[in-house]
Amino acid sequence: MPTLGELAKLIRSKNAGAFTLTFDIMFQDAETYQRVLASKVLTKQSFAKLYKLPEDEVMFFEYDAAHAIKISIPRPYIQGDLDDGDIYGGQQHAPLVDLVVPDGNVKLKVDGLRRHDE
Amino acid sequence: MTEIRVLSASGQIGSGFIESSFARGVSLKPHVIACDGGSTDAGPYHLGSGKPHFSRPGVKRDMRLMMQARDQLGVPLIIGSCGFAGGDAGVDWMLEITEEIAREEGLKFRLATVRSEQDKQYLKRRYREGRITPLNPAPPISEEIIDRSAHIVGMMGHVPIADAIEKGAEIILCGRATDTSLFATLPLMKGAGAGPAWHAAKILECGTASTVIRKRPDSIMAWVRDDHFDIEPMDLESRCSPQSVASHTLYENADPFLITEPDGTIDCHGSRYEALSDRAVRVHNSRFIKSERTTIKLEGAESVGHQAIIIGGVREPYILRQLDDWLDAMRVRFAARVQEIFAGKVGPADYSIHTRVYGRDGVMGKLEPLSHQMGHEVCILFTVTAADEPTTEAIAKTFAHFALHYPIPEWGGLISGLAFPMAPAHLSKGEVFRFNLNHVVTPEDPLEMFRTELMEI
Repeated sequence: MPTLGELAKLIRSKNAGAFTLTFDIMFQDAETYQRVLASKVLTKQSFAKLYKLPEDEVMFFEYDAAHAIKISIPRPYIQGDLDDGDIYGGQQHAPLVDLVVPDGNVKLKVDGLRRHDE
Repeated sequence: MTEIRVLSASGQIGSGFIESSFARGVSLKPHVIACDGGSTDAGPYHLGSGKPHFSRPGVKRDMRLMMQARDQLGVPLIIGSCGFAGGDAGVDWMLEITEEIAREEGLKFRLATVRSEQDKQYLKRRYREGRITPLNPAPPISEEIIDRSAHIVGMMGHVPIADAIEKGAEIILCGRATDTSLFATLPLMKGAGAGPAWHAAKILECGTASTVIRKRPDSIMAWVRDDHFDIEPMDLESRCSPQSVASHTLYENADPFLITEPDGTIDCHGSRYEALSDRAVRVHNSRFIKSERTTIKLEGAESVGHQAIIIGGVREPYILRQLDDWLDAMRVRFAARVQEIFAGKVGPADYSIHTRVYGRDGVMGKLEPLSHQMGHEVCILFTVTAADEPTTEAIAKTFAHFALHYPIPEWGGLISGLAFPMAPAHLSKGEVFRFNLNHVVTPEDPLEMFRTELMEI
């Protein structure tokens, strides 16, 4: 079964200001995006569980025009605080990359290879 | 049909752009040239210290090309969030660079500075009046917190910038401003649709971040009309696609559909993205929902003292299997040593020693789902914080030695438990700051928080 990382064009996290962290999971086409949504591997609930957060702190968006899922949470630490280990917030998405997508019909990216768009 | 052409030189002044890309943009006769100068993305240091993030030569190179172009075209040039944090020190820095270039190139123009650093007495008054409200999430606020801040800025929208342009300013150096307002101002002044003006601005402000493959920071242009806008990167080898442009509202936004500005909200729920060619995109149906009142977001930074860091690796399995206990115990025992050195004048409340364990949960901290796993080695980053440099220095030096030899029960005799990659083992970070506000002010007058000064250069 493919992982989310193999199906996604890009998975990233970033600051949305100094107090919010946002995650983007972008797909190459509508078909892959819809099938990942249908698989329910990534939902508000599953994200909250993986990141050990209360569900009401998780904002979950389906952005059809960009074939992307977006998730936003309060920043676990205020940007730049002593406890903050990631000033740009760019390395908090890693646990999403290896999530196994249970729908066996989902199309892999071109040639099944990872795309390295900048 | 109104058409306002807006040229964005780059996503950030100082990060550069290709000269030929920018020249192509100039040849298309934009009505305005703008460039964002700052962000909170690099942390609180720039707001706290007033020091810029990008290099002076880099910023000057970019500014020179923009100033020459605006002189040639006779159009306004707007730089926002000058000096990166957009406080008064940042505006002064950018003004100095601008005046230098003017002298070197023989350029003359009317310049406006629009400052956004906030007066603490004003903010305390607005706070007492109940006109400062927290965003979500927000740290606590009080008059004491306002007072102890190093610097506080308010993010201006388009109104103060339009005011400067109406007064004949040809170069406008803004303090902290929303990234979008720099690019939306002129289209709004000339009667373009508000939805297209603001949505186009959101894409322009990041330069070529909205292209399919971003080669490097570079110039991009928008044609803003009544009910749609077109967007195209200036480098002919770059391209925008409907998906790459749609994807852009994902970047650094909590909500991909709604973006709040001082005077309203950009609403992209109904936006439709159409390929005009293999590299230009037309965007329809973007809306701007005006709010009843102007709200100005505050950013504040306060000093947390001075810091020094110590980096040490641990490979010894017996230490690794009791790592937290070892780190906790050494800090508890170290308090007595601090008492000795400072003859009781520095107590546990006057300093802190923070540990970060790379190889376990250094990157994700409390979010790490795999924090129970650790490899055969870790890297520990110790951060020592105290009120001033001499105290921090003394504590850091002493602690490095203390931690190095801190024993474990398994071994009888003197051990060295940390592998320092360098000596001296500690590095001074200097004064350190933290962000302390995430609040909005509701002013009575949209101009009251910003100070405009006009000058002939």
